[in-house]
Amino acid sequence: MIAPGAKAGIAGWLEERLGLSAIREFASHKTVPVHSATVWYYFGGITLFLFIIQVLTGMLLLLYYRPTPAEAYESVQFIVTRVEFGWLVRSVHSWSANLMILAAFIHMFSVVFLHAYRKPRELAWLSGLALLGLAMAFGFSGYLLPWNKVSYFATKVGTDMAASVPVIGEALARFLRGGDEVGGATLTRFFGFHVAVLPGITTMLLVVHLALVQKAGMSTPPWLAADKIRSMKFFPNFFLRELMAWYAALGVLGSLAALFPWDLGEKADPFASAPAGIRPEWYFLAPFYTLKLVPAHVWKFEGELVGLLGFALLAVFWVLLPFWGVTKEGMVRTRWVTGAGVALLSYLVTFSLMGYFK
Amino acid sequence: MAEGRRTIVQWLLGGGFTASIASFVYPALRFMIPPSIPEASVNEVPAGKVTDLKVNAGKIVKFGSRPALLVRVSETEFKAVSAVCTHLNCTVQYQDASHQIWCACHNALYDVNGKVLSGPPPAPLEEFAVRVRGDEVVISKRA
Repeated sequence: MIAPGAKAGIAGWLEERLGLSAIREFASHKTVPVHSATVWYYFGGITLFLFIIQVLTGMLLLLYYRPTPAEAYESVQFIVTRVEFGWLVRSVHSWSANLMILAAFIHMFSVVFLHAYRKPRELAWLSGLALLGLAMAFGFSGYLLPWNKVSYFATKVGTDMAASVPVIGEALARFLRGGDEVGGATLTRFFGFHVAVLPGITTMLLVVHLALVQKAGMSTPPWLAADKIRSMKFFPNFFLRELMAWYAALGVLGSLAALFPWDLGEKADPFASAPAGIRPEWYFLAPFYTLKLVPAHVWKFEGELVGLLGFALLAVFWVLLPFWGVTKEGMVRTRWVTGAGVALLSYLVTFSLMGYFK
Repeated sequence: MAEGRRTIVQWLLGGGFTASIASFVYPALRFMIPPSIPEASVNEVPAGKVTDLKVNAGKIVKFGSRPALLVRVSETEFKAVSAVCTHLNCTVQYQDASHQIWCACHNALYDVNGKVLSGPPPAPLEEFAVRVRGDEVVISKRA
């Protein structure tokens, strides 16, 4: 038990050096709007929480993982069969990765349908989309690391898609693969991307994203009159609710990881045929299935190239949403944006389901 | 009374929360402890052909997962000891000029039977039995 005098002394010592009272003062004034859609505010925080879980479990996996074709599969097998709770740590890492991307998608669509991208939050939208792209890059690079059959061929397909980009495609594919073929150099490279390059960029961008959200404050839907919106204190009211949301997310994650341990599959064999039923992670299923439907040639062009061009145009259209979704006078084109959001969501859900079941 | 009930509820909630967090932290802590991997115990290894080693010369051979030092003392006599210095685990070497085994790390000296002559080693090097089977030298653990 610390004596009250000593406690005050420690608090005073820290106060002199850290200026915590300024942070307390700032937190005491921060508020969060309360309305029928407040629940959607939690998903950004849940995405952040799952990212933290990824970092922690990733650090644990690094204690045993070996990024070479001869040892990668065996080291993961060692983790899940020999290391205490290894199966659970790997399962939490895999499940958390998928739940994080799901939470990020929910966060993005909630921003669209609540029109939170509008002025002055355009940069928060852009940095958020970049973070979603990075999360998917994490998924793509991490998928190869266990060096199993499915991940090996998924990487072959993925890097081959990059090769069909006009002009820079071949160079891009070579850069990704670390050579002409998917092999040991690709594994080392993807490992480097996954544990050093992507975490570094993501952390920096995350700080920017959070600072931008902090600067602009929480957005409210445009159809709500500003003077009629109630609010709650961020600290402790919203903060504790957010913690409870994180705790619930942890519960869901732990249950899924324990009840449905992530499968390791068979070791990759570069001289074996691709296994039947091969498909990428669920968040790449929609483009995967779309490319299956595109014919070999569309007019004079290769079908794959046309498909990629379509995705690129769609991405540009989506990135520029805060600019075409708002008039010059600053009015939100709610119908257009909501319509585009519903269309994109329907496309992603339908094609992902068809990619999964067909 | 209400105060007492509230305290019980607070303890239950707090205890439940702490236990659930511990259920995640405990596996993470256990995960960090490497599992013990049983090594296949090696009792005997071939150490090469008799003609491979000159008289008054030594060579390091693999004995299981650890190095051993084989020394040809004369035309007919071989000696073998563990090559792991008992001081701080460095790998020792044979010095033909002094007919001794030397550890370069902290200047320890052993004789060819592994007995400590000088320096900091707390114990002698483990001595192995050497047999010549045909034209092959075989090292084995002493019974």
